[in-house]
Amino acid sequence: MSEQFFDWEYAIGFMPTLLEGLWVTIQVTVVAFILAAILGLLMALGRRSDNPWIAQPIGAIVEFIRSTPLLVQLFIFFYVLPRYGLRMPAFIVGTIALGLHYGTYTSEIYRAGIDAIDRGQWEAARALNFSPVRTWVGIVLPQAIPPMIPALGNYLVAMFKESAQLSAITVVELTLTARTIGTQSFRFLEPFTMAGVLYFLISYPSSLVVQRLEKRYAGK
Amino acid sequence: MQANSSDPIVRFENVTKAFGELTVLRNLDFDVAPAEKVTIVGPSGSGKTTILRVLMTLEKPDDGVIWVDGEPLWHQKSGSKLVPASEKHLRKVRGNIGMVFQHFNLFPHMTALRNVTEAPIHVLKMPKGDAEQRAVELLNHVGLGDKLGHYPSQLSGGQKQRVAIARALAMRPKVMLFDEVTSALDPELVGEVLNVIRELAEEGEMAMLLVTHEMGFAREVSDRVVFFDKGRVVEQGPPEQIFGNPQNERTKSFFNAVLRH
Repeated sequence: MSEQFFDWEYAIGFMPTLLEGLWVTIQVTVVAFILAAILGLLMALGRRSDNPWIAQPIGAIVEFIRSTPLLVQLFIFFYVLPRYGLRMPAFIVGTIALGLHYGTYTSEIYRAGIDAIDRGQWEAARALNFSPVRTWVGIVLPQAIPPMIPALGNYLVAMFKESAQLSAITVVELTLTARTIGTQSFRFLEPFTMAGVLYFLISYPSSLVVQRLEKRYAGK
Repeated sequence: MQANSSDPIVRFENVTKAFGELTVLRNLDFDVAPAEKVTIVGPSGSGKTTILRVLMTLEKPDDGVIWVDGEPLWHQKSGSKLVPASEKHLRKVRGNIGMVFQHFNLFPHMTALRNVTEAPIHVLKMPKGDAEQRAVELLNHVGLGDKLGHYPSQLSGGQKQRVAIARALAMRPKVMLFDEVTSALDPELVGEVLNVIRELAEEGEMAMLLVTHEMGFAREVSDRVVFFDKGRVVEQGPPEQIFGNPQNERTKSFFNAVLRH
C-alpha cells in the first residue's frame, strides 16, 4: 500500500472496530461511576459512624485503596482472586476495581459536602423527630449533593480516561482495541491517534460541562 | 407516675450538665405546669439555652432525670430502675416537645409549605392532603398564607421565623421551646414574631418555655419568670414580682443593667 504518513483509508477501515472499543469504555465508565458514587457515599457514612468498630476499619480500607495504584488493584482482582475461587469476567472485575478505587475519592467529596451542612439543620431534624434515615434522605443529602455535582463530574471525566488501564487485564475497551488493530497490521500510528481523538472528543466537552456546573454552583 | 392535670408537664430533677470545665446546669430542679408560660432570663452564658437544649434532646444531661408528661425523657423504666433510654423511647417522648431556634433552621431546599408538611407526613404519617391543609391553616395563622410556595431564601428573617413557628406547631407539641427567637432579627422584624408568639400564649393550652432578652415581652406573656445565673435558678415568680420587686441582689443588679438602656 501507499507509504503516506497517515493512512486515512486504513483508519476509516478500522473505525467500526474502534467505536466498539469506545462503546465498551463508555459502559465501563458509566457503571464504575455509579458504583463509585454509591460506594463513596457508603464509605463516607461508614467513616462518620459513632461506632469505632465500623468507622475505623472502613477508614483504613479507604486510605489503603487510595494510597495504592489502580493498576496493582486490577492485577490483584484479576490474577490473585481467581486462585481463591473468585473468578469473574475481565469486564466485571475491571469495572468493580475502577468503581472501588474512585469510590475512595468520591467518599472525600461526600464527606466534605456533608460536613458543610449547618448543625442547625441536624438540630431542626431532631426537634421535628425525624428518624435518622429520614434525616439523611430528606434533609441532609438533598442539600449536600447538589454542590458536589461538579466535583463528581470531574471524577467521571477522570474515570473515563483512567479506564484505559483496564486494557492491562484484557478488557477490550478503546485502548486495547487500538493496540490489537495496530498489532494485526503493524501500524500503530493510526489506531492510537484515532483512539486519542475519540477520548478527547468525549472528555473535553464533558469537562466544559463540568466547568459550567462549577460556575453555576459557585454563583449560588 | 401517672400524668394528670395537676402534674407538671416538664420536671427537671437534680439535672447537671457540664461542658468540660464549665458547669452550665447545677443540680437543677425545675417544673413547668401544663399550659404554663415560663420565661427564663439571665446573663448570657448562664446556661438558659442549655435548659431548652437538654429538653429537646440536643444535649445529653450528665446527671439527673427529666420528666415529660410523666415519662422520663433520657431514661426508661426497667422494672423499678431507670436505665438509659433507647432511641425508640427517646423519639416517643421527644414527640411532646417542639422548638423554635434563634437561627430559624428552616430547610432551605423546601418551600414554606413543605417545611411545615414534611414532619407531619414522615413522622406523624399524616396523609399528604391533611398535612397540607393543616399547614395552610398554620401559615395563614402566622400571616404567611401568601408565601406558601416561597423558599426560605426568598423570605425575610421575620417571615422565616414565623414559618419555623408554624413548622413546630404542625407537630402539635405539648411543650414549645423558644430559644432567643428574635435575637437574630433586624429590630423592625422583631415585633411581627413576638405578635405571633403572644397570640399563641393567649390561645393557651400549650406550655411554653422561652429564653429571651425581650424583657417587656417576657413581662407581658409569662405566667412565671425565672432568673437564671451560673447554672442555677436564682429567683422565680410572677413577672410583676421579678421585674417589679426582685429580692435577690444578683437579680436586682441584672435588671438594673438590662433595663437601664
